Amino acid sequence: MSIGAPTPRPFLEVKDLTVRFETDDGIVQAVTGSTFSLEKGKTLGIVGESGSGKSVTSLALLGLHRTRSNAKVAGEIWFDDDELVTATDEKVRLLRGGKMSMIFQDPLSAMHPYFTVGSQIVEAYRVHHPGVTKKVARERAIDMLARVGIPQPDRRFHDYAHQFSGGMRQRAMIAMALVNDPALLIADEPTTALDVTVQAQILDLIRDLQEEFGSAVIMITHDLGVVAELADDVLVMYGGKVVEKGSALDVFRTPQHPYTWGLLGSMPRLDRDVRERLIPVKGSPPSLINLPDGCAFNPRCPYAGRNGNRSFTDVPVLREAGVGTGAGHLVACHLPAEDRKTIFQQDVLPNL
Amino acid sequence: MLAYLIRRLINAVLTLIVVTFVTFCVFFLVPKATGSDPALLYVGKQADPAAIAGIREKFGFNDPVIVQYGKFLKGLVFGRDYVSGADITHCSAPCLGYSFKTSQEVWPLLIDALPVTVSLAIGAAVLWVLMGVSFGVISALRRGTIWDRSVMTVALAGVSLPIYFTGLLSLSIFVYWLGFPNPSFTPFFDNPWHWFTGLILPWITLAFLFAATYARLTRANMLETLGEDYIRTARAKGLRERAVIGKHGLRSGLTPLVTVFGLDLGALLGGAVLTEAVYNLRGLGYYALNGIRQSDLPVILGVTLFAATFIVIANLIVDLLYGVIDPRVRLG
Ligand SMILES: Nc1ncnc2c1ncn2[C@@H]1O[C@H](COP(=O)(O)OP(=O)(O)OP(=O)(O)O)[C@@H](O)[C@H]1O
Ligand code: SF4
Ligand SMILES: [Mg+2]
Repeated sequence: MSIGAPTPRPFLEVKDLTVRFETDDGIVQAVTGSTFSLEKGKTLGIVGESGSGKSVTSLALLGLHRTRSNAKVAGEIWFDDDELVTATDEKVRLLRGGKMSMIFQDPLSAMHPYFTVGSQIVEAYRVHHPGVTKKVARERAIDMLARVGIPQPDRRFHDYAHQFSGGMRQRAMIAMALVNDPALLIADEPTTALDVTVQAQILDLIRDLQEEFGSAVIMITHDLGVVAELADDVLVMYGGKVVEKGSALDVFRTPQHPYTWGLLGSMPRLDRDVRERLIPVKGSPPSLINLPDGCAFNPRCPYAGRNGNRSFTDVPVLREAGVGTGAGHLVACHLPAEDRKTIFQQDVLPNL
Repeated sequence: MLAYLIRRLINAVLTLIVVTFVTFCVFFLVPKATGSDPALLYVGKQADPAAIAGIREKFGFNDPVIVQYGKFLKGLVFGRDYVSGADITHCSAPCLGYSFKTSQEVWPLLIDALPVTVSLAIGAAVLWVLMGVSFGVISALRRGTIWDRSVMTVALAGVSLPIYFTGLLSLSIFVYWLGFPNPSFTPFFDNPWHWFTGLILPWITLAFLFAATYARLTRANMLETLGEDYIRTARAKGLRERAVIGKHGLRSGLTPLVTVFGLDLGALLGGAVLTEAVYNLRGLGYYALNGIRQSDLPVILGVTLFAATFIVIANLIVDLLYGVIDPRVRLG
């Protein structure tokens, strides 16, 4: 690279992404000012409780808020040097399912009940390979079913989604998402509907396939264990905003945001009594139509009173977490860095 | 699949036997219970007692109901002879007896009426499916627009206006003002064009009523389908919106209509009573109405049997078809 050349953009760079829905009850601020990036071969974990804007974010990346939707999307999405928010519908459509694809939350409802699993995979392949014959596409689909570990793929090809078990269905969904060798794979809670052993198998499968294909992966979940296992970087979302961001190592070793502390406290641990193990963050998620003033987390935050009134009046911005944290570890909280460090060590760590 | 088919067929036949028995009982016992004599209906009140007794014997009105029903069934399958002394009348199978009023055989009468009803029902069905489905789909795709609201308002009118109102209205507009020919029935094979022009008005009247229901149903089904996760998956694959709606959307949005359509058509084949009455078309509905007006029990019984048969067959076809189009039914 010659001196003075601009630094290349990350493979995926999202800047100030904002998604709003206009509804009869008011404007739903589902995602506000989200900024993150991801390189090829890396995995980004997005965590946050239900309604924090994880799925809305991923649908925005695929341009799925464009058709028949009450959504307004703003900001920038740079994907392999193309800007997608302002791109034409046709351009985004051609990327969708091709260079970027998605595994959905609930594979039973995400597959068409009246078409065979095989034909749905064939369809996905042929949209992006208009020249190929049905026979070639069929072989490709069967090959993909075999790759994701479905036994007797040439027979299961003709089955319908309801004839598959939950785990097999999710495998088929993954086969469909990977059939065009996507460079970016978004997995939206791929394991929530599955039992624990199957969960582990599916996660292994995604990891293996990622190594094989070298794709970038966004892993969306509310299970921190999954993130700890798979992600290079972590994004913690609350009320539609990114409240903490950093490498997985940093976020797990020295978590900075009181909400992240709460999430860590609610992680299941095998060395604890069942009753003690799951302590969810107290309180309920904020209304995205009337977000609380100041920090959206203040109604549930035990430390909200520590900064005078700032937690209730000023929206904290995402900035370097400071003292004793890794570079690029960002947090949106008014607590001074030293306070966060002492609180974490004295109050939080002993209870984890 | 074959075992299922045979089971369903046996079921259909049993249903028909039960329906005929109940109808038979109602129509032949009611006169008994109310003290009126069916024999009197044949010969008129002034007839002499000997003639009445002869009729009574000939038609077996003295037999117990179950024997009468047995003879009726036998007549239906093998034909029967009505005997009173030396007076023998043969009624060949399928025999539904004689009209009280005209003494015509009921079966040929109804068979002649059938093409009228079938033409009316099928022509209207084609119209209402085309109109109802296309208007419903477009409304769903343009939900909330002026188009959507106007279609749904017209549809509401279509659902709530009685057919003799819309029928008379279209008669006065098209026939009396615009000079269209008065609706009439010409057999299709005699002259297809006259068949068409003679029935177009009744078709439109009948289709309007059904199209309204179908448009509302289609719109609701499509809106529900378009909100489904698998529609989002179809988009996420990169399919064109045309394919998303035209293939994935319609496939599940229209499937529930199959049931409704089968049953509606089945019911209509038993006679569109009001439409036939308004346009004076001599189909099954016309004879049903006439039969009731004149207490012509054999005719009423005959029409009921026809109608029941159509409904049972329609049910059977819908069930079988559903097995084909919904894999969850077929394989679940
Ligand atoms: N089309 C829409 N119209 C209005 N509000 C919407 C729409 N789609 C999503 N939302 C709202 O946006 C918010 C964020 O939803 P999102 O699906 O992103 O949550 P999530 O983080 O994926 O949660 P979960 O863990 O339950 O999947 C929710 O409050 C949801 O109700
Ligand atoms: S800004 Fe205040 S309310 Fe928000 S997380 Fe930090 S301490 Fe809690
Ligand atoms: Mg979600």
